[in-house]
Amino acid sequence: MLSICIKKRQGDLDMELDIQLPAQGISAIFGRSGAGKTSLINMISGLVRPDQGQIALGDEVLFDSRRNIHLRPEQRRIGYVFQDARLFPHYSVEGNLRYGSRKTNPKQFADVIELLGIGPLLLRAPSTLSGGERQRVAIGRALLSQPRLLLMDEPLASLDMPRKRELMPYLERLAAEVQLPILYVSHSLDEVLRLADHLVLLDKGRAPLQGPLEEVWGSAQMRPWFAAEDLSCVLNARVLSQEPKWQMTQLSLGEDLPLWVRSIEMPAGQQVRLRIRANDISIVRTRAQHSSIRNVLPARIEALEPDESGHQMAVQLCIGSHRLWAHITLWAASELGLSVGDEVFAQIKGISLNQTDWAAHGGRP
Amino acid sequence: MLSEYEWQALILSLKISSVAVLWSLPPGILLAWLLARGRFPGKALLDSLIHLPLVLPPVVIGYLLLIGMGRQSMIGGWLYESFGLSFSFSWRGAALASAVVAFPLLVRAIRLSLEAVDRRLEEAAHTLGAGRLRVFATITLPLTLPGILAGTVLAFARCLGEFGATITFVSNIPGETRTLPLAMFSFIETPGAEAEAARLCVIAIVVSLAALLFSEWLARLTRRRLEGAC
Repeated sequence: MLSICIKKRQGDLDMELDIQLPAQGISAIFGRSGAGKTSLINMISGLVRPDQGQIALGDEVLFDSRRNIHLRPEQRRIGYVFQDARLFPHYSVEGNLRYGSRKTNPKQFADVIELLGIGPLLLRAPSTLSGGERQRVAIGRALLSQPRLLLMDEPLASLDMPRKRELMPYLERLAAEVQLPILYVSHSLDEVLRLADHLVLLDKGRAPLQGPLEEVWGSAQMRPWFAAEDLSCVLNARVLSQEPKWQMTQLSLGEDLPLWVRSIEMPAGQQVRLRIRANDISIVRTRAQHSSIRNVLPARIEALEPDESGHQMAVQLCIGSHRLWAHITLWAASELGLSVGDEVFAQIKGISLNQTDWAAHGGRP
Repeated sequence: MLSEYEWQALILSLKISSVAVLWSLPPGILLAWLLARGRFPGKALLDSLIHLPLVLPPVVIGYLLLIGMGRQSMIGGWLYESFGLSFSFSWRGAALASAVVAFPLLVRAIRLSLEAVDRRLEEAAHTLGAGRLRVFATITLPLTLPGILAGTVLAFARCLGEFGATITFVSNIPGETRTLPLAMFSFIETPGAEAEAARLCVIAIVVSLAALLFSEWLARLTRRRLEGAC
């Protein structure tokens, strides 16, 4: 458990944070640029000293203004992957990787190299690497310093699209294979969704929202952060059965709430994470009899929020224990006479799942 | 090719300059670091003091050394009594005079290079568990190396050419303090020795040129190592 309760004035930004993070899995810190994301992890790493408050990792106090405790970065054993990699130019890749190794552990060295695919780069100089390769070496270097916590400051932000695609699978493998709590700073909801289990929203130096990803993602406070067409929700479902004839897989959202998706090769009982866009859900009063849409689930209306543009309505639906957003036009909402508490049916047209997503989250609750 | 007299002056010049620069390096790096990174009252004054030999007439420095470091003076007397170390009228004094005159050049080059070191790399090293000393030895110092080399060569060249402070402080003693410039001065003073003076002039040019070429080569080598092109 990492607990942070600090105040810090930095330039124009007045930070006042109270954050609790779990001791395992990936926690994303999400916010616009200037929200104080980098300042926050600089304070966790010890590079920046908060004005007051305390930071503790498990039982160990890293910072406490009242007791005048401020461990230096080198005393904290917290790995840090910087946005700009910061490889040492006068060391080879191997020299960089070994810089922080407390004890040489050939097994771990080999594992990290294999995980990040940097074996062929060992003798190269950092200046000859591509951006994605540099980030991989920086990640390896941080992992090999045997940290208790890994901080990653937008490792994809400085890369172009092809490089992002190149690095993403490595990050997903990292998330799945390394038994190490990771704090991942990002301003991309897409990255957050693919990697994180836990989400902290940072806005103007405050953290108004934090919790397990599925909860935070679907909450009403999160809605302003999505572009209207990107509004979506994230659900955890369980694999029920396979339908080989039509290449479909049946998932379960709870009792009597089956959901059909295109075939995925996973054993029954496995947890999967899926994302459903608000634009892919439509609402009907009565269950359609002859419809091409396979997934029609009973739902109750939790909230109705008209869009600022004045022609769309965001409807929060409750299906079983899950909350979903649906986008319909104001016209349709008025014609159907929808109001909070109504029982309706949600027709789900599209569900996105991708292979790497399952791999990253396979085996974890 | 060279006469014994010329050899003597040349070797003495090289010896005095090398000793002066090598002894200046540790305090030079320390002061450059203080000026580049330190924040303390009197920093501007210290900066000016270090740069003073650059603008003072060398004869003033020689005179001050004579007063301050002579065997009759406080510091010089104490050094002689405690360590048997005497500067006056010896090659050590010549090295001290050269070191004082060349010191600002050394500090300046190292300081500029230190200021150009990316602090973020030092932060990265700290997060990898390296303490301050290790960061300085493995990150800061190697990245400052081009500046240290440039400063060393510059200071060395300045020492080779030192004349005023040396002749004031330790006089012009053959085999002890008569470096190339002093030897040349002696020939110019002597009627009918124009040819000898001209020969020394050529030697001085060759040595200086060699030093500059060497520094250029070193700079290119370190730059290539730092940028890591294989």
